[in-house]
Amino acid sequence: MHKLKSTNLTRFLFFVLLGVALFFLGNRVDELRVYQGATLSMYVIAIASIILLTGYSGQVSLGHGALMAIGGYAAAITREHLGWPIWICFAVAVLVAALAGSVLGTAAARLSGPYLAGTTLALAVGLPSIANQFSILGGEQGLLFDVGAPPASMGADFTQYKWYFWIAALTALIVMWWLQNILRSRYGRTWRAVRGNEVAAELAGIHVGKSKTLAFTVSSGVAGLAGAVLAMTISTVSPSAFPLSLSFSLLTGAVLAGVSTLSGVIIGALTLVATPEIADAISRRLGSSENVTTNLPGLLVSALLIIVVLLVPNGPLEQLRSARARKAREATHQ
Amino acid sequence: MSLEVREVSVHHGPIRAINKISFDVQAGELVAMIGSNGAGKTSLLRALSGLNRSAEGSARWNGFELLHTKPEILVRHGVSHVSEGKSVIPELTVEDNLNLGALWRRDQSQAHRTRQSLLDHFPRLAERMKQSADTLSGGERQMLAICRAMMSQPELLLLDEPSLGLAPLIVAQIFETIRDLTTTMGLTVILVEQNAMSALKVADQGIVLNLGSIAAIGSAQSLIADPKVRAAYLGY
Amino acid sequence: MYQFINTIFIGITSGAIYSLMAIALVLVWRSTRVVNFAQAGMALLSTYIGYEFIQRFHSFWLALFLAMVAGAGIGALVDSIFMRTLFRRVAHGPIAGVAPIIATLGLLGLIRASLGLAVGNSDVSIRPPVSNVGYTISGHTLAFSPLKLVIVSAAVFLMIALSILFSKTNIGLSLRASAFSPEIARLAGVRVDRVRTLGWAIAGAAGAAAGMLQTPSGTGALSPDSLDFSLLLVFGFIAAVIGGLESLIGAVLGGVLLGLVLAFVLTYMSGSLVFITAFVLLIIVLLVRPQGIIGMNRGRRA
Repeated sequence: MHKLKSTNLTRFLFFVLLGVALFFLGNRVDELRVYQGATLSMYVIAIASIILLTGYSGQVSLGHGALMAIGGYAAAITREHLGWPIWICFAVAVLVAALAGSVLGTAAARLSGPYLAGTTLALAVGLPSIANQFSILGGEQGLLFDVGAPPASMGADFTQYKWYFWIAALTALIVMWWLQNILRSRYGRTWRAVRGNEVAAELAGIHVGKSKTLAFTVSSGVAGLAGAVLAMTISTVSPSAFPLSLSFSLLTGAVLAGVSTLSGVIIGALTLVATPEIADAISRRLGSSENVTTNLPGLLVSALLIIVVLLVPNGPLEQLRSARARKAREATHQ
Repeated sequence: MSLEVREVSVHHGPIRAINKISFDVQAGELVAMIGSNGAGKTSLLRALSGLNRSAEGSARWNGFELLHTKPEILVRHGVSHVSEGKSVIPELTVEDNLNLGALWRRDQSQAHRTRQSLLDHFPRLAERMKQSADTLSGGERQMLAICRAMMSQPELLLLDEPSLGLAPLIVAQIFETIRDLTTTMGLTVILVEQNAMSALKVADQGIVLNLGSIAAIGSAQSLIADPKVRAAYLGY
Repeated sequence: MYQFINTIFIGITSGAIYSLMAIALVLVWRSTRVVNFAQAGMALLSTYIGYEFIQRFHSFWLALFLAMVAGAGIGALVDSIFMRTLFRRVAHGPIAGVAPIIATLGLLGLIRASLGLAVGNSDVSIRPPVSNVGYTISGHTLAFSPLKLVIVSAAVFLMIALSILFSKTNIGLSLRASAFSPEIARLAGVRVDRVRTLGWAIAGAAGAAAGMLQTPSGTGALSPDSLDFSLLLVFGFIAAVIGGLESLIGAVLGGVLLGLVLAFVLTYMSGSLVFITAFVLLIIVLLVRPQGIIGMNRGRRA
């Protein structure tokens, strides 16, 4: 018991230190990098939500972009119509997305892989067209989502982007810390057991359906939060902010991160942030024709997804770890 | 014409199911392979029929290597396998299940003749050609599975526990049929059985497996007479 | 009264196209146990190939046939190169269950992006091979034109051809046997790997037909990021699920049923409810009758 507490404490301290390091880093790099830092934090949260679902409960969702949209819209509506403080808007985003997720999850718990995948894909394809139909959602233009200027006490040279970065990074740190804890709890063990062998888990007294629904609900809530953070960084929510390709990207990020562990999240997020830049650099070298600029990012993401699934299906980190473990085993045998 | 099995081993992960087994089977013989649960009978059979391709060693039928060859190729070389349980496809009709065994043949008129002679043998199946295999009784299904294998006109037939889950009377019938096919068609049969006594009674030769090795081998009569085999496997 | 009849016509026409897509998904599901999300991409690519043939030969029918041949080739290639590698490499591990889903989705993205790279994202158009002006009966114009007639007949023809292939030929028997029990089929001498590739090829052809027929009956516009093909995939999937995902007849019935329901929603309620209706229908079927409308009583967890 004592040991468990101390590891919890070290983990907490680790996240605090990481936060402090990020704070100093944020003061030293230029505006573009600060903005990318905010996007990076958003991807960390979103990818974590996918890993939670796929890696820990063996389900796959192709529609987390849609759940992010739900969170983004919930936050924007709360902000615009009620004018509540930003952190309450984020909380509303989590709750609304989790609610939607629990409805979907109840259906999902009874479905195996392809059915859930198809259903969530349908959601991702159809959600933008739904958003266009209701006036409260603002149609094609969407809604404004303004988190406000940074507090004056921060000083005059504290920019808006830095403020975004602070909020996003803090949110990401809290989410990751909380997820680490939940995965080490009874729930986390239950999810792993269900992923490993549903029948065995059922026989061991785990309510598989409930466990899957819970995993889907938590994952949806986290995705909703990521949606709110995304909406903050681009100041709006609109159907085009949550395209089908967003869901694809998140899946790619999660596979790159290695779905069986949260620790690789940053690799996936960094790749997703870097991809548009790399695509941009390549297309500039190729003469920036319109065909290349529009399609290269999608091409890179899809190609990456396929390459990773084929070559390092458990993610590069996990592959490296298991290779090292094998080598260590062989060394001790000799 | 013979089957030569040389130093065959089969592993399931770290567990060794079959440990360097060697034996010969002469053409035209009906060999009963008996042994208790987990003795490795099914593992050996699945290695011979190409379902388990991780086996080591060598098993040649008329000089043709069986190990590491896919089952669909083995069929083309005269080796058919009826796997454990009722090896028919319940969603298909009896007729389709039968025809399945000869789909690979280029010459379908040959297949037609084989089918006709099998149906003469098994009028019960002939009556039920258009029914789905699901509607057959356990014994009829087993007959159908054997007939499906016979449709490929095999020289070597591998049978895995045809008696599984069947009533004693039906088991006796099936074993009589197998005996009959062996003699009239000049087949070579390896019959893996839990039901040791019934199998040995119709067999020419017997092989007793224990923990992945051969515990006894010889003519079926001599095994039935062997007091050690009687005590351990025949129950009296 | 005319409105009612027109709605039925519209429903049957779009239903026929959903059915073709559903058939493609069912064929792949039965042979490989994978829902092929790349089917939309494969259909899109085949339709573009068909478009090129229309430009060259000025014949929609020849182009339809060639697009289906191309679709079959694409399907066979995807299975024999891509899926086989995938199954060899990702047999175990935490991701094994979802890897095929992720991989086909990646393939969908790859096809779309490559196509956009090659031909650009602006629309090209496929003009209807016959008139799309409705027949007139005693002064009323029906929502059923020569084009719609052609689409429905082409779809029905393909379905009859497929059902003959499946129920009357030896190839069909190998396809069915490999779908129900690969191991027994292999023991009987069926080359299951090749049969599976054949299943993918037929699915590719059916998907190509769906794409080629859908485009001129809708707006006629074709582009790599076309929403129509995403919707075709989603509606095809819903139709397949309604039919039980295992059965070709179920896929056809599911497609027609979905087409009719959506047409009635469109006519009598609102266009904005079409997608929501389809989605709710999917959820209801999955919760209430997961084995599909004519499905056998089998679990959905396999």
